[in-house]
Amino acid sequence: MAEVVFIFASIGVIAGAIGTIALRNPFYSVLALVSHLLALAALFLLLRAEFLAAAQVVVYAGAVMVLYVFVVAYIGGDKAALAAPAGGRLKVISALFATVLLVELCIAMVGSGLTVLGTQGTGFFPAFGTPEEIGRLLLTKFLLAFEVTSMLLLIAAVGAVVLARRRAGLEVPGHLSVGELVRGEFDHVNLPGRPGAELDKGTASGARLETQAENAGLPRG
Amino acid sequence: MDVTWYLVVSAAVFSIGMAGVLIRRNPLVILLCIELMLNAANLALIAFSRAHGNQEGQIFALIVMVVAACEVAVGLGLIVAIFRRKLPVDVDELRGLQG
Repeated sequence: MAEVVFIFASIGVIAGAIGTIALRNPFYSVLALVSHLLALAALFLLLRAEFLAAAQVVVYAGAVMVLYVFVVAYIGGDKAALAAPAGGRLKVISALFATVLLVELCIAMVGSGLTVLGTQGTGFFPAFGTPEEIGRLLLTKFLLAFEVTSMLLLIAAVGAVVLARRRAGLEVPGHLSVGELVRGEFDHVNLPGRPGAELDKGTASGARLETQAENAGLPRG
Repeated sequence: MDVTWYLVVSAAVFSIGMAGVLIRRNPLVILLCIELMLNAANLALIAFSRAHGNQEGQIFALIVMVVAACEVAVGLGLIVAIFRRKLPVDVDELRGLQG
């Protein structure tokens, strides 16, 4: 029974992966990745990782893929740029490299002489991989990793908001360098165009604001 | 099933993901291929975790999933910023780092 499930799930995993890289439309690529993730969750269940299988389906196939679908729908209008075909020679060379890597990985793993290879694995206790056990490990032995991960999530959320927020008056490409983006020096560029600056125009504070904007704009040249 | 077969599937998925990063030019699809490679690593981690009867590999895989979610958030933010500035959404065109 486990063999049948493994064969079907691994066919689904590999077919989903190939579909992700082969389909021309990014929207279909995302859908292929969703099927890949669902099949991978079945493999996780076969390996007695119940909590990770559930997290895979809920977090990955649910939340993260919705994010992808939103972004594909947002930038999907530019069909010409999205559907640009790669060169034929590049494809052949890439496929060759991938095959070489696959052979090398298989040789490295099968030839490593690990004693667990070729076995079904050692025994496991009944609660192996359940949410209770994973939570107990996360809050005792791996507490530091857990806390660092929360910090990383916070930084990523703030970074995503800073990167993707709307900046009025930046229609011209090449107007803002990466250094300015990193240092956060993009506010002076569009200060007069902002609604708040428009309201303040004519008053003393508005004049001061504009002077500051000009001063800040000077070093840019 | 033998642990070896899970590792072979993991290697296949990783190779497919690497080929995708090399072939595709859309940064969105390249992010998807990076997801494929991270998932291949997760599968290998969980296979070894099951083989040794030790749950610490599953914790490792869970942390990898969180890091992948962070990477998706930042990467998609970058793609949206590129699109908003009317730059081409194509890694072959986006060669200069000086804006």
